[in-house]
Amino acid sequence: MTVPMASSFLQSESFIYVLYIIAFSLFIQGLRGLAGPTTAVRGNRIAAVGMAIAVIATLLKPDEGEWGLIALGVALGTAVGVPAARQVRMTAMPQMVALFNGVGGGAVFLIAWAEFRRTGGYSDIATYITIFSLFAAIVGSVSFWGSNIAFGKLQEIIPGRPITLGAGQQVVNGLLLVLALAGAIDIASGNHSEGIFIGVLVCAALLGNAVVLPIGGADMPVVISLLNAFTGLSAAATGVALNNPAMIVAGMIVGASGTILTNLMAVAMNRSIPAIVAGGFGGGGAVEGASGAGEHAGTVRSTTAADAAIQLAYANRVVIVPGYGMAVAQAQHAVRELTKELEDRGVEVSYAIHPVAGRMPGHMNVLLAEADVPYDQLKEMDEANPEFQRTDVSLVIGANDVTNPAAKNSPSSPIYGMPILEVSEGHSTIVIKRSMNPGFAGIENELYYDPKTTMLFGDAKTAVSEITAELAQI
Amino acid sequence: MILASVLTTNLAILVLAGFIGFVVISKVPNTLHTPLMSGTNAIHGIVLLGGLLLIGLSGNDTFNKVILVIAIVFGTINIVGGFLVTDRMLEMFKSKPKPKPGEDRDGHGPGGGGS
Repeated sequence: MTVPMASSFLQSESFIYVLYIIAFSLFIQGLRGLAGPTTAVRGNRIAAVGMAIAVIATLLKPDEGEWGLIALGVALGTAVGVPAARQVRMTAMPQMVALFNGVGGGAVFLIAWAEFRRTGGYSDIATYITIFSLFAAIVGSVSFWGSNIAFGKLQEIIPGRPITLGAGQQVVNGLLLVLALAGAIDIASGNHSEGIFIGVLVCAALLGNAVVLPIGGADMPVVISLLNAFTGLSAAATGVALNNPAMIVAGMIVGASGTILTNLMAVAMNRSIPAIVAGGFGGGGAVEGASGAGEHAGTVRSTTAADAAIQLAYANRVVIVPGYGMAVAQAQHAVRELTKELEDRGVEVSYAIHPVAGRMPGHMNVLLAEADVPYDQLKEMDEANPEFQRTDVSLVIGANDVTNPAAKNSPSSPIYGMPILEVSEGHSTIVIKRSMNPGFAGIENELYYDPKTTMLFGDAKTAVSEITAELAQI
Repeated sequence: MILASVLTTNLAILVLAGFIGFVVISKVPNTLHTPLMSGTNAIHGIVLLGGLLLIGLSGNDTFNKVILVIAIVFGTINIVGGFLVTDRMLEMFKSKPKPKPGEDRDGHGPGGGGS
């Protein structure tokens, strides 16, 4: 075995292809692992190993070169990515995912652009390669800019409320899409002008901005999930254009899973994806007028931390219903303290988790796990609902629409049919909330007017800490 | 002929991968959706390969090299950041003390610990 022979075997097309097959098998196996709580950590690592193999296989290619530039790029990416991933707070996770998704989309459209320039405007290559590369360019650009806007909104750099052009919005979006497609068709039919290509990228960029800006902050997880699927699809398209099986498989399974996730989130909120993309819902806009039940006749009874503490201390069974508001106020550790205090008094405490509590499905579980809440205290909706009837006090912290009985009782309500936590079935309810402002669905919550309900107004973290302090004095 | 067969093979891979994605993912419990989104997000960092492939080919002028280095930076951030963040999230679930195996058959309710 001479060295040249060995290296020619390692660099042979078949060997590299086999490595790609191993890599995408590991991606699939890794994803299967992510499906279960006990196998998820391993699954993620298996997928990471697959990624390492795919990268090594690519570097083995005989025509690989520019090692200095590759090293530079990888080093810079690692220097940015590792600290970002290590230091991000768990509550900021959704925007971090948005950002990582955005750079993926950015890479896709840059690669398409480089391919266009390298081949002299897609001359002398198969038409299908041009088409897939153009698809990647458009979708990648939309995903990049859309994700950045989503990041900006969640990070509150950009106002979370819908920013919209009003009725003209859909016309503008449609026009941008048509322009991008027209440019792409022009290029695919033989125009080699780079100006047109850049025009396509710009139209797609504007489209990404124009689609995400009008969407309210509360719908952002669905949007990120959708854009995640988009980036996956564009990566698969890049894979077809570059004839790379690892990219095709990895991109496509992300495209498929992202679509399912998006749909699951939308269903859990009783929203349709087209309605979310049409925007304007997350506070303000036309839909708020549809609240119908609007001016509520009932009265709201407010309470104090001391009263709430007494109520909780003498309960046998307390269910905590955490929501978006708790996540925003970073109150999960304070809630855990309260739980400990109650458990020391022999109160049975559990958490009822709505599928879309927090900012993403499962986000609340992550936040509570971070605060050391035991996994077996977390009850999913189907498990929690039958138990409300024997619950003495339900403590609703920053959750709103997911507890609204209107979703069950009033067919005229915009959220009718949305699965909810049946808090109103309990013996009594304490709601911690900043104000009487409606949730992102923009509708009144009948629960607040229920005679069994008392409201404790204030910041979730402060209010919970006050209750814990009062509890200690009883 | 040859081009057509490359295209059709790749299309077959594309379609099959889509079905695999649907089948594998539809079984995931709600709790794991956020880590899953983050994990799939890391996997589409595979676009890094595109940057690596193209930068080695001939015909890249300086501007193209700049674009491709940025693409490699982006792809690397996507991969490294994505997998690390997912790992951090999942470790939180894993590190929780599990109920003792023998006690499971008594029913998993916390029982009458109080009073």
